[in-house]
Parts: sequence; structure tokens; C-alpha cells
Amino acid sequence: MGKYRAVIGLEMHCELKSNSKVFSSARNSYNEIPNDNVRPVDMAFPGTLPVVNKKCVQDALMMSMVLNCKQPEYMYFDRKNYYYPDLPKGYQITQMASPVGVDGHIEIEVNGKRMPVLIHDIHLEEDAASLDHYFDTSCIDYNRAGVPLLELVTEPCLSSAEEAVAFLEHMRSAYKYCDVSEADTKKGQIRCDVNVSIMDMDAKEFGTRVEVKNINSFGNVYDAINYEIKRQSELKSQGRYDEVEQETRRFDEESGTTIRMRSKVDAIDYKYFVDPNIPKFKIEKSWLEEIRKNIPLLALERKDKYMKDYNLSEYDAGVIVKEKEYALYFEECLNLGIDAKTASNWLTTQILGEINHEEISLKDFYLTPVLLKQIIDEINAGTISSKQAKEIFYKAVEAKKEPKSFINSDMAQISNQEELTKIITTILSQNETQVEQYKNGKDNLFDYFVGQVMKETRGKANPVLTKEILKKELDK
Amino acid sequence: MNYMHKSIEELHEDLINGQVTSEDLVKEALEKTHEVQEKCNAFVTILDDAKPGDVTDNLLSGIPFGIKDNYSTKDILSTGSSNTLKDYVPFFNATAVENLYKAGAIPVNKTVMDEFGMGGTGTTGHTGAVKNPWDLSRSCAGSSAGSACAVASGVYPYALGSDTGDSIRKPAAYCGIVGYKPTYGIISRYGLFPFASSLDHCGVFSRNVRDAAIVVDAMKGIDKNDMTSWDSSNIHLLESLNGDVKGKKVCYIKEICDIKNYENPTEELKLHLENFMNVLENIKKLGIVVEEVSVDKKLLDAEPSVYVAISCAEATSNMSNLTGIIFGPRGSGANINEVMMDHRTHGFSPLIKRRFVIGSYILQKENQERYFKNAQRVRRLLVDTWKKLYETYDAVILPVGSGPAKHLDGSKDILTKDTAVLEEHMQIGNFGGFPSITIPDGFINDLPVALNITGNVYDDANVLNIAYAIESQMNFKNQIAKEVK
Repeated sequence: MGKYRAVIGLEMHCELKSNSKVFSSARNSYNEIPNDNVRPVDMAFPGTLPVVNKKCVQDALMMSMVLNCKQPEYMYFDRKNYYYPDLPKGYQITQMASPVGVDGHIEIEVNGKRMPVLIHDIHLEEDAASLDHYFDTSCIDYNRAGVPLLELVTEPCLSSAEEAVAFLEHMRSAYKYCDVSEADTKKGQIRCDVNVSIMDMDAKEFGTRVEVKNINSFGNVYDAINYEIKRQSELKSQGRYDEVEQETRRFDEESGTTIRMRSKVDAIDYKYFVDPNIPKFKIEKSWLEEIRKNIPLLALERKDKYMKDYNLSEYDAGVIVKEKEYALYFEECLNLGIDAKTASNWLTTQILGEINHEEISLKDFYLTPVLLKQIIDEINAGTISSKQAKEIFYKAVEAKKEPKSFINSDMAQISNQEELTKIITTILSQNETQVEQYKNGKDNLFDYFVGQVMKETRGKANPVLTKEILKKELDK
Repeated sequence: MNYMHKSIEELHEDLINGQVTSEDLVKEALEKTHEVQEKCNAFVTILDDAKPGDVTDNLLSGIPFGIKDNYSTKDILSTGSSNTLKDYVPFFNATAVENLYKAGAIPVNKTVMDEFGMGGTGTTGHTGAVKNPWDLSRSCAGSSAGSACAVASGVYPYALGSDTGDSIRKPAAYCGIVGYKPTYGIISRYGLFPFASSLDHCGVFSRNVRDAAIVVDAMKGIDKNDMTSWDSSNIHLLESLNGDVKGKKVCYIKEICDIKNYENPTEELKLHLENFMNVLENIKKLGIVVEEVSVDKKLLDAEPSVYVAISCAEATSNMSNLTGIIFGPRGSGANINEVMMDHRTHGFSPLIKRRFVIGSYILQKENQERYFKNAQRVRRLLVDTWKKLYETYDAVILPVGSGPAKHLDGSKDILTKDTAVLEEHMQIGNFGGFPSITIPDGFINDLPVALNITGNVYDDANVLNIAYAIESQMNFKNQIAKEVK
């Protein structure tokens, strides 16, 4: 380690969101009942044929544009032929010759620094069924068979586990911003393969590439890469680099290591050829333009905008754009006329604190921007203090009641001049000794009087007004 | 009284007039089915419990028909004549079958074929060889052997076939009936067990051209389940048969039809080509312009290999779903690979396995360019050549095969390499998806021979009309097989 440079390439598979599967009319949704989202074509009953889901192609094209790829003039699909019990047709419909995107690039941010990642291609394909292995039997669930998958392949342009994970995080966020996928690793919607090799710092040629397949979380991607870099570097420093073989390995979560599956020499010949059941179709320029128009601002673009247009700190802007739902909440606040800085403060402190504590999604959070505005309006009107505002916030969230209902009752600040003057004169008359000392120059007694007022009003006295009146009365 | 030798229109009239009922027709068709089964072994399944249907305005209503066993038929055994599906009962109908059901047609049997359509002899099905009703020692050709045999035997007026190379048009020729494979995609392939998807066509056997038009009118239509299907609602085949072919131009190809191309031709071949040239002479009387054209012999000679390359490649992939895991008999073995291998080893006939090996070899990374891609290039050249002909001609007219049906044991047939193109040229109809129809055009030693008419894509009405006019000029319409002794 240290002497060497790592070269990393990624393959990222992401399930797309759609009503029906990519080549089948079966539902595409999470389903706990096995073999329920299934049409005859999903189990390859003889004579069934694939029918392309246009929405999936559209979403795939959008991601192709997000990655600044070139889109093909004609779209068609290839068959990838191999036998496996989770592959009902004996082939997977995918894109080999003419993927939805090639030769792309996208900018990501790693530890505050921006860097480009080069994209080899992005293609649309179908997922396989899922297998559950038991002691002496295996069960096949075809719900997943035919679910749309987007696979993107980077060039070997990354050099650390940090960069790899930053890229994956960036893409996950992009999928969500574009609303083409839930991109939930917990639901198995994202799976990655990583290719790792090492080389001398000054070397020109890449080292031997090792592929680690089917990693199901970004944490494991991080660990797998670092393990491989360490494993390969150690062998290289020991003069045993010939033991690093071009092979496919898998990541073992328990031991945090990678385990050899098969050598590249045994690689399967997938015998790709164009699927004759799906006619080649032209991708119209007008359709592409339509899709391009619908691409939303992505995380980094939003971050720049928040910093530039709303003067948010880099830190706050970064926190807000991290999740699409945060950004949407923030932007809705702005639409309601809430000041950007105020909205940002509430969101990044109280609100995120609360949803993280409760482990809920912001989408399920009771206090919508409209309700938040009720609190902020009262602060701005001076009817409540910021301390009170926070109390109202928690009360509203807990009771799932509008903040207004707490402001109108005894929570309301005493801002009535007459009422406050009355309270203050009473307090001053009861504390003649202190008034005398104050007038003789003991200035810090001012806070004592404020405290007395607050005590009397149980904190409801408008502090600004209180100070104003106190000053006037004491100066008499 | 017997009815099943009649045409669809005659039967419809009899049904409407109340001269006969659907029940009578079904009964007669089933009786004939059993007779033909006894003699020729043409059926995988006989639907003895077939119910008669209502007679409506639809020409096909209440009339029995047969279905090749590679069409998916709901609740009816559908084997593709393969042991890999010997007990497979589908739960959905092929779109083409569904369309006929909607027309009121009554299925009475499923017919034997070469296993999954891969074969041209009608002898490789899992229930045994189909015999030719004209001569039981001969084959019907294939793959749609049972359907051809049944229609020729007068079991019913029509039966469904499928055609990847010439699987409808060759058996039709050898059985003395009409075999029609319309333009690719006019009939949905949904529910047709695939052989080679880019070449597979649904089609029909009948005993006259009008019946073929009626049946395809009912089978066709765009289907949301088949992306290669197209809207043909503006095409009405039966209505377009007016027999007026004055000024139509057809061509025949010198390199195929001239007897001088063949060294040591058999007597049958001489008679066959002579007969064909006589027919061409006759059809000029209809006002059809007949011209000889020349096509590069080298290109023609490449055709059979191109077919083998493309069809085997697609077949090996298409039939990868046959593993015995989801359907078909489960194989045995210590692990999943052994289970799949056992199923396939025991399920497929040697011929099919040979084709899978060829297909896999051709698709291998290192061979794709040389075999698969080149085959596709030559396919394109052939299709372009034919398209070029269609700029001048309405159709290409050619003799089918090198004579009448071949012997089942094969020993008496003299096969020479130079007749390969004559035997296989109808595959070009599959390469281009062209509408193509075979009609009987004579007899050699009391056995039927035929000619084929192939036109440009979407030009089905024109092709059928030419066939209709030529048929009307000859005496082979509605013929029923007479066994030669």
C-alpha cells in the first residue's frame, strides 16, 4: 500500500420504477407474495413474446442524458444466452450492441472536491427471478423476473473506495431526483460489481483486474474495494503479483473479505445476438427533446444554486440536497415565502433531527412546510419567542395538531403594552431596594428585573417589549 | 351424406340452410380423424369431446378445423411433438387460435409435426412419422405434416400450420393442397412455439385459395402481445379475390427452373419442370405476363446454408426455456444443472440436438462474424434481390421441390446436391417475410406436385389473387387424396 495506485471501475444495477415490467404486462412492485407479479412471459411459457415498456425506455434515456451519454439513433435489444434456474427463458434481454447511452461523463463531489467520472455505457435490461436456498431445496420467485434494470458501467477511472462510494451515492441521488427509481439498497434495488486492479505509481499499463460481483450495499462496496487493494498490494509487495489472477470474486460480509468464484478463463460465452422479437425502432429527436426538458436539477446543481441564490452555507446546502425530499421540502418553504436562511435552519436542525430521531421519512413527517409557516409567521410577527416556537414545534409534531392551535391559547406572548406596563410597575414597586441600587449605577440589575417579569408571566412576556417598558419605567 | 370434402363457403351455406348442423360436421370430422389417424398417424390429440358451435354470419362458425401442435391451446395438450412438452397443457390460447375461436371455429384435433417445426419430413415428432395419404410409403414433408395430411384426407376444410423454412408450403405441395404463409407479422405469433423467431410464420392449409383467404382474414390482426405484428385492418383477402389478373407480371428464375441446370436429372424432375413450364405457358392465357429472370447462381447456392445458420442459431436460444423446471417433465440429477441436462438429453430427438450444436457453434463469439453475421448479410442480399424483382413483377413463380413426395425410408430417393436450391428456395419467402402460397399444379405418377407464388411484403391480396386465377384455370381445386396402389 502507498506505493501503488488503485484503478477501479464500477457496474451499478438499479431497478427502475414502473407500473409494469420492462417486457411484460405484469406489475412491477414490491410484493411479499411470491410468484404473484407474474404473466406467462415472465416464466417463459412457450410462445410468449416480450413487449417493450416505453416508459422504461424513456426513463433509461433520461438517465443516459443525465450521464451526458450519446443516445443511439435506433433502439434494439440483444439476447444474453446462459442457463441458470433464475433465468426462465434461458436468456436475458439486454442491450449490448446499441445501449441507451455510451461515452458519458458526470461530475461528482468527493470530500468537497469535484471530479469527473467517465461512463462507458448505460443499458436497459430485465432482472432475473430470485432464488431462496434452503437446506435441501431451492425456491424460485418470479416476481423479480422481468423487472426493469438499468446497468451503468464506468470506465476504470476511480482510484479509491471513497471515490467509488461517492459516485454511487451521487447516482443513487440522481435516480431519485429523476424519479426513475426508489434506489433503495435495503430493498435490493441497487446492486454493484466492482473491478479493482493496482499498479505502480509511475506505471503506464493497468494491473490484473479482479471483479467482485453482486455487492448489495455501498458499505460493502467500500469494504470490498479496500480489501482488494490491500490483498493485491500485499501480494505485489511480496513479489507474488502473479498470484493475482483475472478472476471473479464475491464479497463475504461476515469476514469482510472477498472469495474467489471463478477464473476469467472459465468466463461464459453469452452468445449475444439481436432479439428478433423486438423490432428495431427509431428514437425520434423530438422524443429526446421532450425527455431532456423533464430532467430536474440534480444534487450538485441544486447545491450550487442554494449557495449562490440563497446564500446558504456550503454545509447547509450540502445537507439539504443530499436527499431529494429535503430539497423539495426546502423549495416548498421558499415557495410559501419563508426566508431561505430560516427555512434552512429549521430543516437542517429541528426537522432533520426529529425525523432521524423518529426514523421516519420526511414525506411522512407531520409538519409540512405550510404548517411550519404558521410558526415562522408568529415569530416574524413577534407574537412568540424563538424558544416558544421550538416548544410549539415539538407540541404540534407530537400531537399532530396545527401549530396555530397552540399559539392561540395561553402560549401566546404578552405583547400588550398596557398589560405589560401594569405588571412591570407592580414588580418595580415590590423591589424598591433593587430599583434604588440600579439607579445608583448597578446596571446589571436590569436583567434581574427582566427575569422577574418573565417569572411573573411564566415566560410569556414579549422580551423586546418588556425591555423597552422596563427601561422607560426605570428611567422615570 | 358427407360434407367435410366441401369448401368453407359451401359448408357455411349448408349450415345456414339447415341442411346440416355443426354437430353433424364435428361428428364427421372426428370420424374421419380416427380413420386418418389409423392410416397416417397425423394427430397428437383427438378432441373426441369437441362441442359443436353456433352458426353465425361468420363463414367459419360451426365448422371443424385442425391445429398444428405448436400452437398454444388453452386446456388442450400442446406438445410441439416433443417429449420435452409431452404433458404440457397451456393455460392460454395463441392469438391466432383465439381469433378463430372468436369466429366460431371448432377445433377437433392437434396435428403431428416435426419436433418444434425443426425438420422437413414429418417423421421426427414424438408420436412417430406421419404418412402421406396419397401413398402411405411416402412422407408428407414437414414440418406441418399432420395438418397437410388431414386437410388432404378431407378431415376438415382447413388446418393451421406454421412455416419457418417451408413447413406449410412443402407439405401442401406433397399432399396436393393449398398452403399459404402470409406476410410476416400479419398474424400474431403470440402462443406459437418458436423455432426461429425472425423466420417463423403462422399460416394455413386448405383445399382452395378462397378458403385460405377466409381463414387468414380471421387469424390476422395486430396484437398487443406481439411487437412484430402490424395493423392489417385495411386488408380484406377474400374480398380482393376477383380473378382479374390481366397485365399482372410474374417471373421465374432460370437458374432454378431450367432443366439444363441439373446434371443427370431424374425422370420425376424432368416431368416436374416440364409440367411447370406448361402451366406457365397456360397462365399467359389469363393475361399474366410471364418472364424469365436470371439470379446470380452463387447467391442462390448460398441460400440453404444461410437458412441453416440463422434458423439453428435462433432455435438454440429460443428453446433454452425448455429445462423441465417450470413445465415439461422434470429431469433427475444431483444438482440443477444435471436436472436441466437430463431433461434436455432425454427430451429432444437427435436431429434437434444436432441443430442446437450447430446453432451454438455459430453464435460463439469467435464464430459469429464468420457464420452468423455473414449469414445475415447474405439473407439481406437475397431479400434485396427479390425486392428488386418485385419492382418489376407482382410475384416470383417457381416449382416446389424436385418432384412429388419423398419416400419415408428415403432409400428410393436419389438426392443430388444440385437440386438443393430447388428444394429450399421457399426459405427466401421466410427471409423476407414475403407472402407465399403453394398450389397444386399437376401429377407425376398419380402423385401431386405444386408451384409456389411469392410476392412482396404486404402484397398478400395480390399474391392470393394471382394464385386464385391460376387455380381456377386448373383442375386441382378441392382435391382429396386418393391413395395410389
